Amino acid sequence: MPAGVVAASYIVASILFILSLGGLSHQESARRGNIYGIVGMTIAIVATITSEQVSGLGLIIPMMVIGAIAGFFVAAKVQMTDMPQLVAMLHSFVGLAAVLVGFANYMDPTSHFEGVEKTIHEVEIYLGVFIGAITFTGSVIAFGKLQAVIKSAPLILPARHWLNLAAGLVCIWLGVLFVGAESIGAGLIPLIIMTLIAFAFGVHMVMAIGGADMPVVISMLNSYSGWAAAATGFMLSNDLLIVTGALVGSSGAILSYIMCRAMNRRFLAVIMGGFGTEGGTAAAAADETGEVTAMSAEETADLLTAAKEVIIVPGYGMAVAHAQHVVSELTQKLRSAGVNVRYGIHPVAGRMPGHMNVLLAEAKVPYDIVLEMDEINDDFPNTDVAMVIGANDIVNPSAQEDPNSPIAGMPVLEVWKSGTAVVLKRSMATGYAGVDNPLFYRENTRMLFGDAKDSIEAVVKALG
Amino acid sequence: MRIGVPKEIHDAEHRVATTPEVVKQLTKLGFSVAVETGAGAAAKFNDDAYREAGAEVVSDTRELWAQSDIVLKVRAPEDHPELGVHESELLREGGNLISFIWPAQNPELMDKLAARRATVLAMDSVPRISRAQKMDALSSMANIAGYRAVVEAAHHFGRFFTGQITAAGKVPPAKVMIIGAGVAGLAAIGAAGSMGAIVRAFDTRPEVKEQVESMDAEFLELDFKEEGGGAGGYAKEMSKEFIDAEMALFREQAKDVDIIITTALIPGKPAPKLILADMVESMRNGSVIVDLAAEQGGNCELTEPGQVVVKNGVTIIGHTDLPSRLPTQSSQLYATNLRHLLTDLTPEKDGNIVVDMEDEAIRGATVIKEGEVTWPPPPPKLSMQPPKPAPASQAAAEPVVEAKKPSPWFTLAFMAVGVIAILALGSVAPAAFMSHFIVFVLAIFVGYQVIWSVTPALHTPLMSVTNAISGIIIIGALLQIGAPRGIVVFLAAVSVLIATVNVAGGFLVTQRMLKMFRK
Repeated sequence: MPAGVVAASYIVASILFILSLGGLSHQESARRGNIYGIVGMTIAIVATITSEQVSGLGLIIPMMVIGAIAGFFVAAKVQMTDMPQLVAMLHSFVGLAAVLVGFANYMDPTSHFEGVEKTIHEVEIYLGVFIGAITFTGSVIAFGKLQAVIKSAPLILPARHWLNLAAGLVCIWLGVLFVGAESIGAGLIPLIIMTLIAFAFGVHMVMAIGGADMPVVISMLNSYSGWAAAATGFMLSNDLLIVTGALVGSSGAILSYIMCRAMNRRFLAVIMGGFGTEGGTAAAAADETGEVTAMSAEETADLLTAAKEVIIVPGYGMAVAHAQHVVSELTQKLRSAGVNVRYGIHPVAGRMPGHMNVLLAEAKVPYDIVLEMDEINDDFPNTDVAMVIGANDIVNPSAQEDPNSPIAGMPVLEVWKSGTAVVLKRSMATGYAGVDNPLFYRENTRMLFGDAKDSIEAVVKALG
Repeated sequence: MRIGVPKEIHDAEHRVATTPEVVKQLTKLGFSVAVETGAGAAAKFNDDAYREAGAEVVSDTRELWAQSDIVLKVRAPEDHPELGVHESELLREGGNLISFIWPAQNPELMDKLAARRATVLAMDSVPRISRAQKMDALSSMANIAGYRAVVEAAHHFGRFFTGQITAAGKVPPAKVMIIGAGVAGLAAIGAAGSMGAIVRAFDTRPEVKEQVESMDAEFLELDFKEEGGGAGGYAKEMSKEFIDAEMALFREQAKDVDIIITTALIPGKPAPKLILADMVESMRNGSVIVDLAAEQGGNCELTEPGQVVVKNGVTIIGHTDLPSRLPTQSSQLYATNLRHLLTDLTPEKDGNIVVDMEDEAIRGATVIKEGEVTWPPPPPKLSMQPPKPAPASQAAAEPVVEAKKPSPWFTLAFMAVGVIAILALGSVAPAAFMSHFIVFVLAIFVGYQVIWSVTPALHTPLMSVTNAISGIIIIGALLQIGAPRGIVVFLAAVSVLIATVNVAGGFLVTQRMLKMFRK
């Protein structure tokens, strides 16, 4: 395929990628959007393979076939509750690919640059490898934490900010060495050392971030994988890679911003480490203890049948207990009995942006009754029963009422304004933020203790 | 102090101002209670029950009045038919009286009571503020009247209220229109609705729409904008245009409904005439009108206060004693209202009342204090208007957001630095790089615009699809796989492999997820 046609195909692919993301603005156009993405990707790959620059089809085809089979296999098998892990794993692949392509490009004897162009090219390689390496190990650690292979509590090394700073300075110094290197062999050493430091940096960064900050981490790694692709595009002077990388990069950045805003935390504060590390906080709400009122599944069923308006607020606990299917069954029963059941989703509920929506969609809950926090928050005063399933910090009234609370100012779902708030909880343990939740002691709150799935099954049974 | 409860003397008044249950609670407040013989008989409380509760039963009416520091009554004092004296004269000099008084309608009575140097609290003057709800006897009586109105209507109506399909044929449900959705109106809506009727309600105050609909009744609306809410949660008089529109609505409804219950009252004014003779005529034979405003002249033109009349086959019920027709219930609620008022009057719980004129509720109820007329009270501070739409949560959240917004100068400075940085880059970088850079920056902006429109529900699919398309890095690997150096080929081949996993896996899992989103 002549170079002009390849370039034209890249333009088409870029447009299709933009349309693909645009399609996600609504559920109805989303599937079409995904098809656009697939078509765009196919065009881009076919155009590249058939272009004059590419040879070695004998190696490409088996590699792609194996890769595709592996990808299909993983994607078809993954459970919806495990989506965050899958996404983290896929991020790590992009990161690793960026590192490998960077190395390959540097060692490729066919590329020749002189003067400023050579410097810029090498800076591009260096940056691409650096970002790719952080993305790779960061995603691997995120995967481990989500899969519970690694403990999800933040690991805080002493003087970690200094460690990070030192690592950054060393990388810059290595970069100077790398760009000034006489030969490929001489440049390779600083590049490899920098890669190792960046690997360690990625590990350290994600290790310091705890479980409930995962939505931010995942979005951030999403963004990094985009920037890594963009850097690779600069390195190869390939506009399609640049465009795609920039799209993905800004997408991840916006998601991180949305997640941070939903927790009322600054991006840097999240990246710098978990809650409770920036001052004595956890003791603040401790004096507000009181009587909690427990309730049985049968009483919950009675309460729900008597209600007209019910809002269910799911959290990570629902994902852990795999309770989305019974929750959906409960919803169907109540809806057929004339109860208006809706869902209120907090932006950071779960372990990745939109996690709860996917779980509920999987359980066949119609998406038009699944509403965002801002859409539903004003409706709680007119709601008879608010049912909190495995969520804690996102329904904590002290975020609004107690200015000393570590989560003060975080937007929360105002379940306590409803007639009765039913909280499904395993025990009286505190949430991720380590803050006691005064919601549990409210007069109109009832606790339904036990595993979320078992509890709701019992409620469904009691409904008859 | 000693509380005395005489027998009501008004014709057909069955209520009594206290019940055995309440006597016990009054005793706990430090009072001693005396009840006239047979005072509770019509409300089904016999003398023994009062005695058991700790009250003294006194047979001599004069003695009861004379010995009591506080007299509790239902009806306002009037001429005693047996003793031949006015009740106000039986009251001890400087004594206390708590009952319905209607000071606006009874100026003579007020003079008489003032002459006795009495302190009088009128249950009809308790202000309509939330704190005083527990002693608001008008509301508790209106509630009973609304309920009883439906019972009376059902009694005179020849059919079921509820619709049924029986072996003997189909029964259509009765249609009930209720005018005025105050306490009585809402009670009537509830009673009629629970009997199975189709209930429609009208009120000049649009804010009650929600309450009406919450009771599963239909709220009738006019194509006309005028707020009908006056001070203190009562309705006010409306303009002529409004009344015309209202009449048209009633005229139309009258042809359709079986039962009309009217509860429209404007404080201090005769009841508005809402159901005119021609509307009654247009109603079906056997229909029923219950006029709760009969005492104030009636909402229906043809109402005869205190009577049940049949005009053109329509039964018009003008009872003015609906609460008294449920005497046990109304006595219980009225006695409890009195008890709440007395609790507020005896802060020390020592059986001595303190008429605190600083207390808004007590101030409102007190119409005569030690012989001085203190009616009318200053207007209530709180009106039951719809709350201002300013939830506290928003107010609390906003300053936080506010504080984080950088000043416009900061933004400008930031942009200036950005422009300078780009210019500096452009001065050293080769043209080829800058053209790529343009593409890069523009793509970021396109991404920014596109991503903000993504619905939060699809954030997970967004991540997996961006994941898939960031597999585009495969192109970088493809371009290098043909290189003449083994290590490069190896690295490129591995990249192709994992990038393909990404592309295939990302798109497939996105497709899987999106398929699940359904209505």
